Amino acid sequence: MSNAVTTLAPQAGRAAQAADIVIRDLSKQYGDGPGAVQALAGVDLTIESGEFVCLVGASGCGKSTLLRMLAGFEAQTSGDLVVGGNPVRGPGPERGVVFQDYGLFPWMSVRENVAYGPRQRGLGRNIANEQADKYIHAVQLERFAEQYPHQLSGGMQQRVAIARVLANNPAVMLMDEPFGALDALTRTTLQHELARIQKAEGTTVIFVTHSIEEAVYLSDRVVVMTGGASHGVPGHIRDIVDIDLGDERDVTSVAFNDLERRIAAMVHESIH
Amino acid sequence: MTDVISRKTPNQPVPPATPRVRTAVVSAPLAALKKTAAVFYGLPVLVLLGGFWSLGVRFGWTLPLGVQMQFLPPPGEVARRMWDVTFGGIHDDAYSGSLWRHLAASTLRVLNGFLLAAALAIPLGVLMGRFGPVRRALETTVNLVRPIPVTAWAPLALLIIGYGDRSTIFLIFIAAFFPILLNTVMGVAQVPPRLLEAAAMLGTPQPKTLYKIIIPSAMQSITSGLRIALGLSWVVLVVGETVGISTGLGAMITQARDMSRTDLIIAGMVFIGLAGFITDRLMGWILKVATGSRPGLS
Repeated sequence: MSNAVTTLAPQAGRAAQAADIVIRDLSKQYGDGPGAVQALAGVDLTIESGEFVCLVGASGCGKSTLLRMLAGFEAQTSGDLVVGGNPVRGPGPERGVVFQDYGLFPWMSVRENVAYGPRQRGLGRNIANEQADKYIHAVQLERFAEQYPHQLSGGMQQRVAIARVLANNPAVMLMDEPFGALDALTRTTLQHELARIQKAEGTTVIFVTHSIEEAVYLSDRVVVMTGGASHGVPGHIRDIVDIDLGDERDVTSVAFNDLERRIAAMVHESIH
Repeated sequence: MTDVISRKTPNQPVPPATPRVRTAVVSAPLAALKKTAAVFYGLPVLVLLGGFWSLGVRFGWTLPLGVQMQFLPPPGEVARRMWDVTFGGIHDDAYSGSLWRHLAASTLRVLNGFLLAAALAIPLGVLMGRFGPVRRALETTVNLVRPIPVTAWAPLALLIIGYGDRSTIFLIFIAAFFPILLNTVMGVAQVPPRLLEAAAMLGTPQPKTLYKIIIPSAMQSITSGLRIALGLSWVVLVVGETVGISTGLGAMITQARDMSRTDLIIAGMVFIGLAGFITDRLMGWILKVATGSRPGLS
């Protein structure tokens, strides 16, 4: 899996497409009255186009809720959620989502899954297939274009899911613990591939994960969230850590581990 | 310079991962051979049963529940009767060579009732499965009507519809309707929400999700319902063809009962069984072709 040849030429309109994300005083409440659960409160966050941002935090801190609101699957209780200048009103291909359980359509082949988005946009079958093949090639699954999801391993299915989202040239890619269901080896392989693809495509990525190492490896910035219903305080942002490690990230280096330790301390202080 | 391999730009090319791809292990001709061989595995038991039957009739055995085997025709007689009904030339009576006539009449009634049931039950099932208000409005009525056996409907049908084809088709319709409806509702209601989220995220407008996602996802349940319903249709056929019908396999059996011609009864039973089996296989094949042999659809 050499890095030498990038099959994705940087596209001229890429910078204009990747969007800024502005989250202002966002809160989310489930239910009403005394039994209401305050999942998120007072979240302020600005993400620049092309950034790779990870959301980390203990279970229940609201990171997945935040992601789902960005995706448009849930609406906020109050506050603003603006992507590329447009308020989020519902799901859409400009904000592609990669799920932990892949979410591939089992009755469609790999190519049909990836071509699905382009087809929905109204592209003809041939053009959509060409577009699909380009991204299938980008995730190195061209030999499996005619296979069905059940014939693929978990890592391969997730690569299809990524290709399926990329085929729509999204401004933002939202990833909800996408590598959580995979074995450690596949996980590191896909982390590397994702970093490579993101660099080539310039897509803004928001990535939810439990793994602090993964977050430090992948991101430009790590958003540390704490709180949550079980802690009696609404989920909120604890801190935002800049990851200034450059492109070559050595997992065993002092700098890497310092950052990991710093973030871990913040995450763990809330679990008491 | 450390020996550590930086993950963002590896020093050595990583060998391509060998993917786990499950392909058919057995080649096509060998698989076909195995399928035909499977039939032969079933033969010994059939032969044994035939032998048991033959001896039981000859020696007048009495089985538990008071079954007197002396009143059964020997298997050979049934075989001869089956030949005669199909081709004629042995008995030369009203039933010789009449198979196709009866089979055609019965098949037509089954198809009419079954297809009508499917045409109504599938759309209704989709609506009920997809929209809570529709389901809640209808499910009490469905649950009250469903348990009424077809045999209980028969006298009413004869009175309000009259004798003939139409009341038989009505009874088959009732029998086929509920399995299709229930299975469709279940299939539609159990579409994984994740697939709907994925479809929305990929830009599918809400109305399109119905035939792009929901129906394909529910297809296996719907097919299940169709198979059960088709089987029940043949079962109910005999009930439907009891009175006022002159042609049909069920009618043939009823007439044979009136004449105490046990060989003809059993021959009729075998023919209905075969017809049910063949139509089931046929429908499976049609569905497979219609869904393009895709996984999770048939």
